[in-house]
Amino acid sequence: MTAVHEQDRLTAAELAAVRADFPLLARTLPGGRPLVYLDSGATSQKPDCVLDAEQDFYTQRNAAVHRGAHHLASEATEAFEAARGHVASFVGVDPGEIVWTSNATAGLNLLAYAFGNATAGRGGAGARRFALAEGDEILVTEAEHHANLVPWQELAARTGAVLRWVEVGDDGRLRTEQLDELVGARTRVVAFTHASNVTGAVTDVAAFVAAARRVGALTVLDACQSVAHLPVDLRALDVDFAVFSGHKMLAPTGVGALYGRRELLADLPPVTTGGSMVQVVTMTESTYMEPPQRFEAGTQMVSQAVAMGAAAQYLSELGMSAVAAHGRAITELLLEAATAVPGVRVIGPLDARDRIPNVSFVVDGVHAHDVGQVLDAAGVAVRVGHHCAQPLHRRFGVAATTRASAAVYTNEQDVAAFREALGTVRTFFGVEEVA
Amino acid sequence: MTVSTTSSAMAQLYQELILDHARTPEGRTLAEAALPADGVAWAESHQVNPTCGDEITLRIELEPGTDRVAQVRWDGQGCSISQASASVLTGLVEGASVTDAERLGEDFRALMQSRGSEVDAALAERLGDATVFTGVAQFPARIKCALLGWAALRDALAHATAVAKEETP
Repeated sequence: MTAVHEQDRLTAAELAAVRADFPLLARTLPGGRPLVYLDSGATSQKPDCVLDAEQDFYTQRNAAVHRGAHHLASEATEAFEAARGHVASFVGVDPGEIVWTSNATAGLNLLAYAFGNATAGRGGAGARRFALAEGDEILVTEAEHHANLVPWQELAARTGAVLRWVEVGDDGRLRTEQLDELVGARTRVVAFTHASNVTGAVTDVAAFVAAARRVGALTVLDACQSVAHLPVDLRALDVDFAVFSGHKMLAPTGVGALYGRRELLADLPPVTTGGSMVQVVTMTESTYMEPPQRFEAGTQMVSQAVAMGAAAQYLSELGMSAVAAHGRAITELLLEAATAVPGVRVIGPLDARDRIPNVSFVVDGVHAHDVGQVLDAAGVAVRVGHHCAQPLHRRFGVAATTRASAAVYTNEQDVAAFREALGTVRTFFGVEEVA
Repeated sequence: MTVSTTSSAMAQLYQELILDHARTPEGRTLAEAALPADGVAWAESHQVNPTCGDEITLRIELEPGTDRVAQVRWDGQGCSISQASASVLTGLVEGASVTDAERLGEDFRALMQSRGSEVDAALAERLGDATVFTGVAQFPARIKCALLGWAALRDALAHATAVAKEETP
């Protein structure tokens, strides 16, 4: 699905240079232990250029955007809109198709509530295409992060639509073959993840898009996990909407993006209303601006947006092909490390193909919290719990997993430290004897 | 775990008594337990730790005509800290009066807020085996684990007491 070219992989010198861009990686933990950060799937660390971009905005350009008439305001607006352009080109779309949101969750909620507003008759005639009727269907998958599940559950409850889902196979990959049966005349929305935050499996987007197109359903892609690891060209993927967060792709928290195909955004009714998104306001009614401003009510997270633009540029300069090849190599190492330890079972594909470097696993006889504690004592930061994907964990018969997740700055030494610490877990809890 | 500060904190967190309780927990037999007899005031509470999805269902029965906790039974899945904590709770609370059981819960919550500093002797005395969880207070992310069973106890005690009042003419 996504071609990864081994020859593009970062050299050791390039990787060392990348690591030097991330000041936090140099810190140590109490007692002088080195930090091994394997929780980038939760949030990534930030390079100097991103931190500098935010700092520079406040020290040099801070002013209200899209309103003031003074020089500073125009510089601030320019920086804000330039960042939109960087993020747009990072995912292969036009700047006017990118709406700033506070994060991916906010983007998905924006869509679900906009569809709800359309159902309630808001928006122009064009908004009808988003309206749901009782018995209409919203298709999701069993692999979704709660952010791409709960808003659709709520939309279904508000509109009488029915939620259906594609299951996950034992190998951790979506059972794409179910699309034929699940996508029908009543399917209106198909919302799915590009890459699972738990299994790391990359979705066959083309199969989902083809199935949705066949019946005229709207597609919504959760690209939160993929944008940091793979070249993502939303135009080529041909989805209608997509969301992603800044903080998982080297940018600050508090900013994310919603992509909408131009003609769809034009018809989409607003959700958050107020200042900066209106044209004419009387005491009884208002008219709204064109996208993307229609969806950006109130003062925006300008400095974070500017920094997200810098993150997109940073990744583009490294080259997403190189980032993906590096991710593939680290995925192989993480899988090898996890599977080498007796009693460890990986939840997700065991091959690095069509996979991002999120490796979740259970340790036989030891709860994930306890696994994480032992790893933490060795300076290895991982995520434990259900990773906001309870149905996916339930499907595998577990309440919680431990997840090691990498980013472009993760190196072989990180994986080696992880492997060594993981090897001590079952001994620590006295469960090394495999039954 | 080559650094001594880390390994000593780990040793305080995972004391042998905690690991023992986690391996062979006391009272984790709710699934096999028969429903309480008619006339017995009892209550069940289900609690979830939203960060990890760990769950516990804990039932208490009051001794008819008294304010004593006759039995604590629970079922759950979770980390060694949550399982051991519920196990220790069972031993401490069975046979105690409702007031003492509530007081124990308050004491345990105070222990969890102690950040691992020395607890006063009276508190330690009342908590008995539960003082082994002192080390947990140094790991803020794990406090919820230790409190899961105690949250269920607080809830179940309140309900069982209300039931007992209704049944008393």
